[in-house]
Amino acid sequence: MTITHDDDQQISTADDGSSADAGAPVLGGKKRRRSAADLARQFLPPLFLGALIVGAWYYVSYGLLTEERRFLLRPPHEILQVGFLDWDHFSEILQALWSSTRVALIGLAISITIGFFLATIMSQTKIVERAIFPYMVMLQAIPILAIVPLIGFWWGYGTTSRIAVCVIISLFPIIVNTLFGLQSAERGLHDLFTLHHASRLTRLRKLMFPAARPAIFAGLRISAGLSVIGAIVGDYFFGQGAVGIGQLLKRYSSRLEGEELLAAVIMSSALGVVVFLFFGWLQNVAIGKWHESSGVDS
Amino acid sequence: MTAADSTVKASGVGTPVLSFDHTQMTFPDGTEAVRDVSLNISRGEFVTIVGPSGCGKSTLLKIASGLLDATGGNVTVDRDRLGYVFQDATLLPWRTVLSNVELLAELHDIPKDERRRLALEAIETVGLSGFVNHYPRSLSGGMKMRASLARTLTLKPPVFLFDEPFGAVDEITREHLNDETQRLFQSEGFAGLFITHSIAEAVFMSTKVMVMSARPGRIVAEFDVPFDYPRKPELRFDPEFAALSGEISRELRGSHQ
Repeated sequence: MTITHDDDQQISTADDGSSADAGAPVLGGKKRRRSAADLARQFLPPLFLGALIVGAWYYVSYGLLTEERRFLLRPPHEILQVGFLDWDHFSEILQALWSSTRVALIGLAISITIGFFLATIMSQTKIVERAIFPYMVMLQAIPILAIVPLIGFWWGYGTTSRIAVCVIISLFPIIVNTLFGLQSAERGLHDLFTLHHASRLTRLRKLMFPAARPAIFAGLRISAGLSVIGAIVGDYFFGQGAVGIGQLLKRYSSRLEGEELLAAVIMSSALGVVVFLFFGWLQNVAIGKWHESSGVDS
Repeated sequence: MTAADSTVKASGVGTPVLSFDHTQMTFPDGTEAVRDVSLNISRGEFVTIVGPSGCGKSTLLKIASGLLDATGGNVTVDRDRLGYVFQDATLLPWRTVLSNVELLAELHDIPKDERRRLALEAIETVGLSGFVNHYPRSLSGGMKMRASLARTLTLKPPVFLFDEPFGAVDEITREHLNDETQRLFQSEGFAGLFITHSIAEAVFMSTKVMVMSARPGRIVAEFDVPFDYPRKPELRFDPEFAALSGEISRELRGSHQ
């Protein structure tokens, strides 16, 4: 069996040791065969823990909770039946999830645009960096709940406000990581560009941006996750327009629909995981060939 | 021995392509890194400066290249096509060997076809032909240094500055790189200014070795190296080689008290 993206970790650690290997093909694209024992070592522990959790869950549902209080934690198979296998419910969840995903993606795209722009000008002028940074930290420190009323006040209770929440909570990691990345090129490399009279733009394009890519991807991964959370939180507070996963969670909990509620929570978590994996994959495609740390945490 | 002496002695070969004229460097904190260094290097000359750490050897190269401005005196050199080999290989990790070697030609706006040709030629010269598509992380320290040399070669610079380039590689690799540098010096005929701690390296490659003392950094002695090129690796075990190395070593210790 050949391995695919879910075990990049093994590829990259295996390659680190063989740095001087003369005949090695281009790194990163290497595939290895894996034995059944390896597979077992990889997948048995989480499966075992999963089984324990499900067992404990059943114990709480049937052992600890009485019949009339069982809605607090429905047993797993009921959640599967009601939340996932009943198409009416599941399609409702999927639709809401899609609506929230769209909001998260738009918010993330705006964050990336603003973040790259700000980080770039901050990297070019120390004064601008000094001027902007304290406000970035302040923006980051504001609890999102504290400005939700303001956001609603300014942008209404629809999609715009949901997106605003995403932008506010996902912007900071992009700026900080991009700026850190842009400043990460070694002194010697800068000297090299100085010696050969590189213009500011050339230096930015050929040195600073490429050097920043690992940090940018790290920031993207964090921000993408935050943007998903932002979309759900935003949706929870701003109910106008298409129903997102936040509204759905609110509705289910007010109706004490435990099965749907848990199914929606599981799907939200799944969305976060998908986003995380996607950006890890993207990172690996973009910089996996040359950067040591790529693929380490996917 | 005074600095004025060295001016006279070093100008024997031809018109100098790199001249320090009473160069002075005092840092803002008062450290006198370079005091009154005068030195001329022509094409076909390979001058090595040996000296203890922190004596201002590297500062001299930074002044020559324009990375630092001297606080006194003059430096004359054509900075358009200056070869500068750093302590580290300073390769861009996201570029393959080929595209790293093409970098300088790229910065100098040499057309794509031409720079590809120059790069492949330089890679061939340093013996990395089998590694054009490798990323730096899969190269050994010596190979990285070769790639770095090749990158500088693409510009065919008349002046080559070497800032302790082989300090971080092992002894055997260093000797190989010394052989290679010496070979390049012969084939390209550039003017070389090499900085190192290693006396053996200095004597093996150079036409002239200068000893620099620390605090203040100044040239305290210079030695002509009489051996003919190409120099064979066995030269390192020649009694005359040992004698000259011994003299330089004595001078170095004398200046380092």
